[in-house]
Amino acid sequence: MIPELGEVALILALLLALVQCVLPLLGAWRNNAALMAVARPAAAGQFVFVALSFAVLTWAFMTQDFSVAYVAQNSNLSLPWYYRFSAVWGAHEGSLLLWILILNVWTVALAAFSGHLPPKFAARVLGVLGFVSVGFLLFTLFTSSPFGRLLPAPSNGMDLNPVLQDPGLIIHPPMLYMGYVGFSVAFAFAIAALLGGALDDDWVRWARPWTNFAWAFLTAGIVLGSWWSYAELGWGGWWFWDPVENASFMPWLIGTALIHAQAVTEKRGGLRAWTLLLSIFAFSLSLLGTFLVRSGVLTSVHAFASDPRRGVYILVFLGVVVGGSLLIYALRAPKVAGGKPFALLSRETLIVIGNLMLTAAAAMVLIGTLYPLVGDAFHLGRVSVGPPYFGSLFILLMAPVVLLIPFGPFARWGKADGSALWRVLLIAGAVALGGGVLALVFGGDARAVLGTVAACYVGAGVVLYARKRWREAPAGRRYPAEMTGMLVAHAGVGVFLAGALLTTALSVERDVRLDPGQSQRIGAYDFRFEGVHEVRGPNWTAQQGKLTVLHDGAVVAVMRPQKRVYSGGQVQTEAAVSAGAMRDLYVALGEPLGSRGAWALRLYDKPFVRWLWFGGLMMMLGGFITSGDRRFRARRMRAMPVPGTATLAPRESAA
Amino acid sequence: MHPVRKRRLIFVGLILGAVALATGAVVYGLQKNMNYLFTPSQVLAGKAADYRTFRLGGMVENGSIVRDPHSLKVDFTVTDGDRTLPVEYTGILPDLFRANQAVITTGRMQGGTFVASEVLAKHSATYMPKELAEAMAKAHAKHHVEMPPTAGGTP
Amino acid sequence: MNRLLPLAGFLLLVVLFGYGLWWNAHHDVTAVPSPLIGKPAPAFDLPRLHDPALRVTKADLLGKPYLLNVFASWCFACGDEHPVLMAEARELGLPLIGYDYKDKPADAKAWLAARGDPYTLVVTDQSGDTAINFGVYGAPETFLIDADGIIRYKHIGPLTPGVIRDQLAPQLRKLGVQPAPGL
Repeated sequence: MIPELGEVALILALLLALVQCVLPLLGAWRNNAALMAVARPAAAGQFVFVALSFAVLTWAFMTQDFSVAYVAQNSNLSLPWYYRFSAVWGAHEGSLLLWILILNVWTVALAAFSGHLPPKFAARVLGVLGFVSVGFLLFTLFTSSPFGRLLPAPSNGMDLNPVLQDPGLIIHPPMLYMGYVGFSVAFAFAIAALLGGALDDDWVRWARPWTNFAWAFLTAGIVLGSWWSYAELGWGGWWFWDPVENASFMPWLIGTALIHAQAVTEKRGGLRAWTLLLSIFAFSLSLLGTFLVRSGVLTSVHAFASDPRRGVYILVFLGVVVGGSLLIYALRAPKVAGGKPFALLSRETLIVIGNLMLTAAAAMVLIGTLYPLVGDAFHLGRVSVGPPYFGSLFILLMAPVVLLIPFGPFARWGKADGSALWRVLLIAGAVALGGGVLALVFGGDARAVLGTVAACYVGAGVVLYARKRWREAPAGRRYPAEMTGMLVAHAGVGVFLAGALLTTALSVERDVRLDPGQSQRIGAYDFRFEGVHEVRGPNWTAQQGKLTVLHDGAVVAVMRPQKRVYSGGQVQTEAAVSAGAMRDLYVALGEPLGSRGAWALRLYDKPFVRWLWFGGLMMMLGGFITSGDRRFRARRMRAMPVPGTATLAPRESAA
Repeated sequence: MHPVRKRRLIFVGLILGAVALATGAVVYGLQKNMNYLFTPSQVLAGKAADYRTFRLGGMVENGSIVRDPHSLKVDFTVTDGDRTLPVEYTGILPDLFRANQAVITTGRMQGGTFVASEVLAKHSATYMPKELAEAMAKAHAKHHVEMPPTAGGTP
Repeated sequence: MNRLLPLAGFLLLVVLFGYGLWWNAHHDVTAVPSPLIGKPAPAFDLPRLHDPALRVTKADLLGKPYLLNVFASWCFACGDEHPVLMAEARELGLPLIGYDYKDKPADAKAWLAARGDPYTLVVTDQSGDTAINFGVYGAPETFLIDADGIIRYKHIGPLTPGVIRDQLAPQLRKLGVQPAPGL
């Protein structure tokens, strides 16, 4: 009975979503305040029913109700409760429900915190969000209901895919979806602005905190996903340019461009059409990601659900949402380039260049991801695009962006002071050169040197600007949230670069065959293989190896990698990681060789690998800090008491 | 020139430059990194002759997996049902690798042997070999089990 | 004009995706051509599920084409496939032989009793030894075997109405079997 309740709640949510979509849009069009006022209660009601439905599914997992097919396929009597909880979004149907729940969380948050928006605008924004919700609820109800029954009920379930039985997977999808879905808010703002004529740029200021917030979550989701694949997939890599990863990375690239373009539009009125377009693109790519993962158009290591009927539905929905919004864009986007003029050397120009490079990078990833499809379409054979394509092109396209980062804060809006920029270049360049020489002395290869140079360069830029603000701005106004967020995020880029390039350059990886008692030297470490014995977990048994790692004769780590066999029969490698700020040691069990207890082992010494995730987390933090800036909550710019101080522009230095 | 016009011109120039750079890089990158997938029959028919590195796909033939006792070298045979091709690989095989399973390997031909640098094993999500459904079989064996607490081991 | 460019680019993408979906629906992405297609089906001699005393051999079934559907009660995808077989087995115009794979006879009987039995007859292969000769490595799988005992077609994974219409039905017509119109 209870699972049916979940289905009923979803149907009621769909009805409310329809109400939330149609009436407020109608009200905004006909200037009817009563219709517009429906938006908020409808959003709240929809949230309640979706949450109820989600709770019902969670309940089914907690009580192990195997008469629900989805539970039977993704849970097992011996599955620990925390994985039963995350199993709710462990497969297609439940992850869609999570998607909808998160969309509703965003919508309710927007309904609650949009009191400062003009009623018409707020009604349109909520209406657009209602439309998106209708699409996803229909999709769930018609193609992917998680509440389907399995009769007679089996007495046990099939178990959750063991790859997903990892703490990282408990929080990775919700974070990722917070980001994905969060871009729907920026999208709804853009569409509402287009519908309303986009005559002024206030909407951009209102959209900025939401966009930064969503971007921060997406960053967190990607970082967690990277960490998860490192810890769980047993290959020791942190990024594979896999279609599913690319699906989350493209919205991130466009989102990064968007949060910068929004700053230009809000502060200077420029790039209006471009900001609108990026808002549409960011969310479209989120939808596209959902389509690619769910439709099975591209096969990938972790596209776990694919069904052509679902693919057709998402394609139609994608066509309606993206095609529709691009059509509205074509018809209503501002025809006149507005905004204050800017010189060739200005912050606007820097942001435009950065935007173009980020967009080009997103396009490059899109082309590489979809190329196999093109190959099929033109009968070029079954083609795949190797990771070097993505890696080398990404570095090529991002290098100019990294070069520009230190100048961004120093370049003034409108027209930058060339001599100030020269000074930055000289100092940051000198620091970078020093770092490079140091890296050479320590004996790194080209990539290690490059990583050190890039990190020092970006870091020097951030420190220089922080120092300048400290010296020149009045106390209390030195570091407004928006600027702090930017500095933290830019510093994060530096840390990420150091981590990514250094770990790529300095990692030592070796697949070896070891007898018990035998040692293997990896980098500066001796891995001594002690043997393998059997251990048991709640729903698995494992061959657990023991390795003692020595550095200069002293034990630095004892590592226990596992080869698990889950109760469902699936084999899963659990790598052992000894984490450290300066280096990770990483061991994965291969397979037993021969009868004397020898095993194939994969051994890694990975210096600085944590840095890249730490850098990512700093970017995330930057996004959160920026979205907290008080200035964004004002209804009108003019109403603010001290407008100039909070902007990025260092006006003080002009004096 | 009018400042707005000038700005526009620069803007358009930048976009064109970026597009040209990106297009060039993408075309070049794709050409360098495209991996075609061939089956043993196609390889033996000479279709892969133009490519130094390519992917070989098929099923691992039953009974063909031979481990070298002293190293990580492993030999196996990939079949597409029609023809077979010996494959040599040194390293750790993926968890899903076993006989009668679909496999995709990346590498190059050396003599008559495909020397793989990477081995990927796949299993389809829509259908399930016996092993993957063992839990269900177990469930049938012990009907009406009381739901155990989450802690504790399983047989 | 250039404001329409993003829309045009997107429409191109949609066409590409539509093509991708169409292609996937009509091709088995994971398919590896079976070594057995066009070759004689391996000989077998298996007991019937509901009457183990009776045995069925390959020779017994020669003379007209039949479909051999490998299933098991432990197999989830078979549960997905089952309603399709219930609905369409009779429309196909040839016998549907159930091949119960690595299963306990009691479980299989209960499974069929609860859901309905679409099969003309069911043989059981508890050990899975015979299935190896068919190259079966999971369930469900379906083989089309002609009057001379030659395997004409093989499908890995559940049969869906689309697979039956687009792949199986044309093969049936080639063998002179007339499936019901609409297939």
